Amino acid sequence: MQTTTVFLMLIALSVISFYMGRKRSYTVARDRGGAVALHSLPKHYGYMAALWAALPALLILVLWLVFESSVLQRLVLAELPQTTTQMHVSELGLYYNQIVGYALGSIDSLQLDETQINAAEHYKALAASSSNIKALMVFLVAIIGCLLALQRVTPLLRARNHVENIFKWVLFSCSFLAVLTTLGIVLSVLFEAVRFFQVIPITDFLFGLSWSPQMAIRADQVAASGSFGFLPLLAGTLLISTVALFIAVPVGLMSAIYLSEYASRRFRAVTKPALETLAGVPTVVYGFFAAITVAPFIRQVGESLGLTVASESALAAGIVMGIMIIPFVMSLSDDIITAVPDTMREASLGMGATMNETIRKVLLPAALPGIVGGILLAASRAIGETMIVVMAAGLSAKLTANPLEAVTTITVQIVTLLVGDQEFDNPKTLAAFALGLVLFFVTLMLNIIALYVVRKYREQYE
Amino acid sequence: MNNMSEKNHGSATAKIQASLKKRYAKERRFQWYGRLAVLTGFVFLFILLLDIVSKGYPAFTQHYIKLEINLDAERLGVEANAAEEELYAADYSSAIKSSLRDMFPTVSGRSEKRLLYRLVSIGAEYNLRDLVIKNPQLIGGTSDIWLRAHSEAGSYLKGQVAVAIPESDRRVKDIQVVWLGQLQEEGRVDSRFNTAFFTQGDSREPEMAGIKAALVGSFFTMLVTFCLAFPVGVFAAIYLEEFAPRNRLTDLIEININNLAAVPSIVFGLLGLAVFINFFGLPRSAPLVGGIVLSLMTLPTIIITSRAAIQAVSPSIRQAAMGVGASKLQTVFHHVLPVAMPGIMTGSIIGMAQALGETAPLLMIGMVAFIMDVPGSVTDPSTVLPVQIFLWADSPERGFTEKTSAAIMVLMAFLILMNAIAVILRKRFELK
Repeated sequence: MQTTTVFLMLIALSVISFYMGRKRSYTVARDRGGAVALHSLPKHYGYMAALWAALPALLILVLWLVFESSVLQRLVLAELPQTTTQMHVSELGLYYNQIVGYALGSIDSLQLDETQINAAEHYKALAASSSNIKALMVFLVAIIGCLLALQRVTPLLRARNHVENIFKWVLFSCSFLAVLTTLGIVLSVLFEAVRFFQVIPITDFLFGLSWSPQMAIRADQVAASGSFGFLPLLAGTLLISTVALFIAVPVGLMSAIYLSEYASRRFRAVTKPALETLAGVPTVVYGFFAAITVAPFIRQVGESLGLTVASESALAAGIVMGIMIIPFVMSLSDDIITAVPDTMREASLGMGATMNETIRKVLLPAALPGIVGGILLAASRAIGETMIVVMAAGLSAKLTANPLEAVTTITVQIVTLLVGDQEFDNPKTLAAFALGLVLFFVTLMLNIIALYVVRKYREQYE
Repeated sequence: MNNMSEKNHGSATAKIQASLKKRYAKERRFQWYGRLAVLTGFVFLFILLLDIVSKGYPAFTQHYIKLEINLDAERLGVEANAAEEELYAADYSSAIKSSLRDMFPTVSGRSEKRLLYRLVSIGAEYNLRDLVIKNPQLIGGTSDIWLRAHSEAGSYLKGQVAVAIPESDRRVKDIQVVWLGQLQEEGRVDSRFNTAFFTQGDSREPEMAGIKAALVGSFFTMLVTFCLAFPVGVFAAIYLEEFAPRNRLTDLIEININNLAAVPSIVFGLLGLAVFINFFGLPRSAPLVGGIVLSLMTLPTIIITSRAAIQAVSPSIRQAAMGVGASKLQTVFHHVLPVAMPGIMTGSIIGMAQALGETAPLLMIGMVAFIMDVPGSVTDPSTVLPVQIFLWADSPERGFTEKTSAAIMVLMAFLILMNAIAVILRKRFELK
């Protein structure tokens, strides 16, 4: 039976359990003067029965789905003759995928040998019985759960407390998902990165000066053994991010100062959301804009000035990225500047300083830590930004500080290494996870420092 | 003595008086810097939008060429009253080609003929096929039929080709320009609204390519994202605002949520690839995995905004509910949540808008495939609108630049719509 059908049936079963539980509560209360004699409302008994039916069965369903494919694989491979099981792990994986593909009807029999077709039949039989057993188990557990709950219904049963306790756990697990997500990110990235570092020494990765991940995927291919020095990527990332911050910080900060200190309320109410639409534009749109419009324009201008400009210059990607983070810098600085107490403004103005002097000599020094924190957050945004650089920056890793040349970034390399065919025991693919680890770590550090600085700054004025 | 201080005082005043002009000038300059910064932001926004719209609007029209096509049964290679299956396999391409040759009898030579055939779309034969299957009575006669123009011919007809540049540097050749001019004079060229852009999947030919497959893919992905992120996000917010004890575990959860909000989106793609595809064996390129990844990504946004909305509910409502004997959970679900709902919805819509525009994590989980067919479920291979934009942007043909911009316009229209709904909800919420 299809998983969706099982799932829908399970929902139907728990709805039935709800009505049965509610009915049961009326029945047990009838002799004692009706529903008033119950500890909880009748519907709580219904909820209890429904939860008892649904939760354990759901757990079984999920576990089954998680482990089904690997158990099936082991069973099918165990039946194969000795010669096939001695294959290399990746070959065996491909071999098995062909079996499954044939069994599911997505591959025709021409590409397969006799044993594979037999194995596919075996797989089909196993899969069919697995899904039958799965459905049976789920329904059985649901029905048992429901009956157990019904049996426990008495007027004294504290069904409401019981249901609410279960529900509190559900709420808790929803919020705990955030921790699990972080854990998932760290573990998945770390796991593959460690495999990468078993092939390429970590020092070569962290301190190497050249990046060219062209590597032979199979032993018989002729290719240079790749070099995985990550410094050129870091340099490229920092170059583009610096250009971006050179655009975003002056424009964003000055806009924030003007809007919070000078502009009328009406002007501010119209302008701020309008500028914030820049933050809502999808990054792929900026990437297209950078690649099709800005890069050729910069090239033209550069050439008319007699400069050699790469067609995928860091400048183009950086400028567009800067435009993207203007609203980000603006709202962060705006929050920070408005948080400076009015007493400081009034004291300075009262001494006869002009508004400009007040801002430069009083407000900005007071707000500086917060603004620095905001800029760090913006920098972490720029470092992690992917689509703009994938579409507008280059692919070749160069160690340069000239923004007119083409550079590549960490995110670009992750995308190029992982889009397309993948083999998971190849350093080329694993390198992407090592880069992901670095990216995660760098942005995490920047965020932690930035949030710490901003919080310290806030506390100062509370 | 008295005289001295007066004198000093006078000179200080004079000094201040003298500097005032400079200081006021500085003040005015500073204000202008501010205005300039705001203006710069607007100029960028304006250029961006203008660039996209000016590149994209031609894609909403499509030129058609009217050909007199002889649908002789023999020529099509079918019998007089053939069944649908036979009509499906008939040779429409040569019918179109011979009609083009009849129209320009002077054309000779292979290369010239090839240029002639390139006036109409390569996909035109399929349109003709569908037309004939719908109206089998056309067979045996000669009829005027409007066919889709090739994207290169179309771009000339839209006036995008500068005839002044050398012939070798452009795709539309001089002889094609002459033919198209003749067709235009005969009234055989017409420009219509490009419905195919909204009703077709991706194609290698710009004039045949549409965004329907990507739109449906986006819809399925958003459906999965919403079904996961909304309940989980709201529940998490309720727990953290109403139930969480003040302890280390709660702190850990809060720190994690704040940090996840700042993790680069591509890292979520790596998570999806390593965990959902490699470990759990979910299908690649499927909206299911895309939706799960995007829901993990939008979860922090939804949790943070929902918490703010729940926090804003007046404590008197909670106390009143508790006072009449409601339990904590009943208080939250029956009284606090309905009041906080507009705020929660606003945050969720903003989160969903972010997810709708997201590209990078979906590249990681293989949603970059060339998809012609409209996906039918959340496990079918599909692509989403931003990825379609990315794919078209990568394509070297000029016709696709136009399509890319048009697809961006559609995407932006959806985003503007979602944000407008969010703003309206917020306004109504504030009135309360």
